[in-house]
Amino acid sequence: MLLLLGASLVVGLLFLIAFIWSVRSGQMDDTYSPAHKILFDNFKLPAPAAGKEGKTTPPSKESNL
Amino acid sequence: MSELLTTNSNTTSSPGLQVETFYYDNKSVKWFAYASLFWGVIGMLAGLWIAIALAWPDMNLGLKATTFGRMRPVHTNAVIFAFVGNVIYCGVYYSLQRLCKARMWSDTLSKIHFWGWQLIILAGALSLWMGYTQGKEYAELEWPLDIAITLIWVVFGANMLGTILRRREAHLYVAIWFYIGTWVAVAMLHIVNSFAIPTSIMHSYSWYAGVQDALVQWWYGHNAVAFFLTTPFLGLMYYFVPKAANRPIYSYRWSIIHFWALIFIYIWAGPHHLLYTALPGWAQSLGTVFSIMLIAPSWGGMLNGLLTLRGAWDKVREEPILKFFVVALTAYGMATFEGPMLSIKAVNAISHYTDWTIAHVHVGALGWNGFLAFGIMYWLIPRLFNTELYSKKLANRHFWLGTIGILFYVIPLYTAALVQSSMWKTFTEEGNLKYQFMESVTTIVPMYALRAVGGALYIISMLMMIYNLYKTVKKGHFTASEKAEAAPLPKILPVVGKKHWHNWVERRPVQMVILSLIAVAIGGIIEMIPTFLVKSNIPTIASVKPYTALELHGRNIYIREGCYTCHSQMVRPFRDEVKRYGDYSKAGEFIYDHPFQWGSKRTGPDLARLAEKYPDSWHYNHMLDPESTSPGSIMPSYPWLFTDRIDKTKTYEMIKAMKRLGVPYEEGYENTANKDLELQANEIRDNLAASNIDVEAHDEIVALIAYLQRLGKDVKNAENLPIQ
Repeated sequence: MLLLLGASLVVGLLFLIAFIWSVRSGQMDDTYSPAHKILFDNFKLPAPAAGKEGKTTPPSKESNL
Repeated sequence: MSELLTTNSNTTSSPGLQVETFYYDNKSVKWFAYASLFWGVIGMLAGLWIAIALAWPDMNLGLKATTFGRMRPVHTNAVIFAFVGNVIYCGVYYSLQRLCKARMWSDTLSKIHFWGWQLIILAGALSLWMGYTQGKEYAELEWPLDIAITLIWVVFGANMLGTILRRREAHLYVAIWFYIGTWVAVAMLHIVNSFAIPTSIMHSYSWYAGVQDALVQWWYGHNAVAFFLTTPFLGLMYYFVPKAANRPIYSYRWSIIHFWALIFIYIWAGPHHLLYTALPGWAQSLGTVFSIMLIAPSWGGMLNGLLTLRGAWDKVREEPILKFFVVALTAYGMATFEGPMLSIKAVNAISHYTDWTIAHVHVGALGWNGFLAFGIMYWLIPRLFNTELYSKKLANRHFWLGTIGILFYVIPLYTAALVQSSMWKTFTEEGNLKYQFMESVTTIVPMYALRAVGGALYIISMLMMIYNLYKTVKKGHFTASEKAEAAPLPKILPVVGKKHWHNWVERRPVQMVILSLIAVAIGGIIEMIPTFLVKSNIPTIASVKPYTALELHGRNIYIREGCYTCHSQMVRPFRDEVKRYGDYSKAGEFIYDHPFQWGSKRTGPDLARLAEKYPDSWHYNHMLDPESTSPGSIMPSYPWLFTDRIDKTKTYEMIKAMKRLGVPYEEGYENTANKDLELQANEIRDNLAASNIDVEAHDEIVALIAYLQRLGKDVKNAENLPIQ
C-alpha cells in the first residue's frame, strides 16, 4: 500500500516538475498558434525536378483527407 | 508562409533565416503500421475464438493452447500490446517527428525498438499458449519477457527524448505531452507490478500476496488502461483529428488543462476494480472518488476533439476518416462516463464479476482504440505512399459494418450482465436463493452467441480495411525518407536546467539508453526496499496456514490454465453471496497467495469456499468432463491433467521462493516437502480408488484436487475469526 502511494506520489511529483518547467520555459505563453501551426507543415517546398525519392508528401495541399 | 515555419518571431538573428534540410523517417512508421494490422487481426481472432467457446464449448477443442484460460490472455495481450502498441508507435513516430520538425533521433534505436517489440509479442504469444503465465491480468508474461519489455520501453523513451531535445520547434505540442506522460507512467507501472521471484527460467511468484497483490495489480491494470490505451491515443487524437479535418483543435488551452488534470487523477483510480473486496475501505473510497473526478478531464478530451469538427460536419458526412474519429471520440466519452459510474459502490455491487465489465472494456477498445486506429491508418497510409485511398466506398462500408459489430457486441453483454446479476441476487419468499448458478449461465449463453457475431462483424470490417490499404499501397510509391525544411531553434532561446548534460547526451544514443536504465533501476530499487522492510499491515488469521507442497503444485496448475479468467475467489459481503458461497472473504485469508487469484469475472461460480463442498471424485469427473457433473456447463474439459505428471524436482525451488517471500514454512521444509507431497497425493489417490477411479499419485489432477480442496478450508475450521 505504502509502496503504491509512494510510487504514485513520485510519478505525480515528476509530472509537477514537468509542469513547472513547461510554464517557466514559456511553453504556455502562446496557447493559440500551436493548434494552427500543425496544419501548415505539408507545404510543397520549391523542389528541383528530381526523382521520386525524397519528395514531400501529399499530392494536394488543399485537402488533408 | 515561411514566417510560420520559423519558431520564434522574437529572434534577433538575421531575417534571412538559415533553414536546415532534414528527412523524416517514414520507414519505421510504415513497419509499425503493418505490424499493428497484422497483430490486430491475430489478437481479434483470438478474441473471436474465446467468444465462440463461451457459447459453444467444443471450440476449446480439448487442447491446451486453444482452451479458454490460455487463449484469453493471448487475446488481451495481443490486442493491447501488439495491436494498440504498434498503432501507438506508428502514430508517435509519424507525429512526433513532424511536431518536432526533426527526424527520429536514432535510426538504430528505431530498428531495435521495432524488432524488439515484435519479438516480445511473438515470444509472449507462444509462451502464453504454452502455459507460462504469472497469473495477473495484462501482466501475464513471465519475468524474462518483463525484462525485455522494460529494455525496449527504455529504447523507445530514449528515442523519443532524443528527438524532442533535437527539435526545431520550440513549443511542445500537447500531443507530445501525452506521449511523455505515457512513457513515464507505463515505465513506473510495469516495473512495480512485475516484481516477482523466479523459480525457473519461465516461472515465478509475485512478490506481493493477497490484498497487497490485488492492489498493486489493479493499480497497474487500471493505469494500463489510462496510460497505454488512453493517454497515447489522446495524443494521437490531438494530432490526427485536426490534420484530417484541416481545422485547429477547438481549444488548445483546454487541451493543456485536461492533460495535466487527467494524468494526476488517473493514477488513483485503480481500487475501483476492488470494490466490496477485502481491500481496506479507505482505499476503495479513494478509488471511487478519483474515478468520478476523472469524468471532467476525460470529457474535456472528447469534447475538444468533437468540437474541432465544428463547421466541418459536412465533411464528416462525406469522409470515412472523420466518421471513424467521431465514433471513436463518442465511444471514448461513453466509456469514460460509464467507467466512473461503475466505480460507484452501489452500481459496482451489481456489475462486478458480470459481463458489464467486458461490455465496458469493448466500448473503449473497439470504439475508441479501434476506430481511432482505423481512421489514422486510412489517413496515414495513402500519405506515406503518395496516393489517394483506393476506395472511399469500401472505407465507408467498413465504418458501418464495424459500428454494427460494436453494437452487436455490447448490447447482448449489457443484457447478459443485468440478467445474470439479478438472477444471482434473487431470493424466494422463504429466504432461499431462487436460481442455481448454472441457470444464470445457460440463460445468457444466447447472448454470448450474439456477442460472437458482433466480434465477427468487427473483424470482417477490419479485413475490408486491410484489403483497401493493400490496394492503396500497390498503386502508390513509398517515400522512405521524407524531405523537410525548417529553421533550427534560435540560440537565444532560454534553456532551463543544466545545459551541459543536455548537449552531451544528445549525440550519444547508447549512453542515453544506459543512463535511462540506471535512472529507472534506481527508481525500482528505491521502491523495492521499503517493501522488504515494511511489515505487512494485513491482520493475520491464526488458523490460516501456508499451502502444502502438493497444493502449491496444484495452485501452479490453476494459474497455468487461467482458471481465474472464469472463476473468482472473493466472496463479497452481500446477503446473496454469503448464502450461496459461505462467509465473506477476509483479507487475512490471502496472505500466502503469491499471486492473488481473486479474479474479475464469474463465468463460473466463486471458489473461495470450495473446500470439502464436493468429494474428490466429483472434482475428478468435473475436470475431465464438466457436463457430466454439471449439465449445461460451458467450462472446457482438461484431459491432459489426467495424463501429465507434476514435476517433483520443482518443489525445492517453489518452497524456497515462497520462503524468500516471507511465507512461514518451517526450517528445512524445502528438503522434506516431497515426502509430505507423497503422503497427501497418496491419500487423494486412495480416496479416488474408493470411488473406482484409478489415478497415479503424481497425475496433475491429484495436485489440482488438493488445491481446490484447500480453498477456504482454514477459515471454515477456525473457531474464532477476528472481526473485520
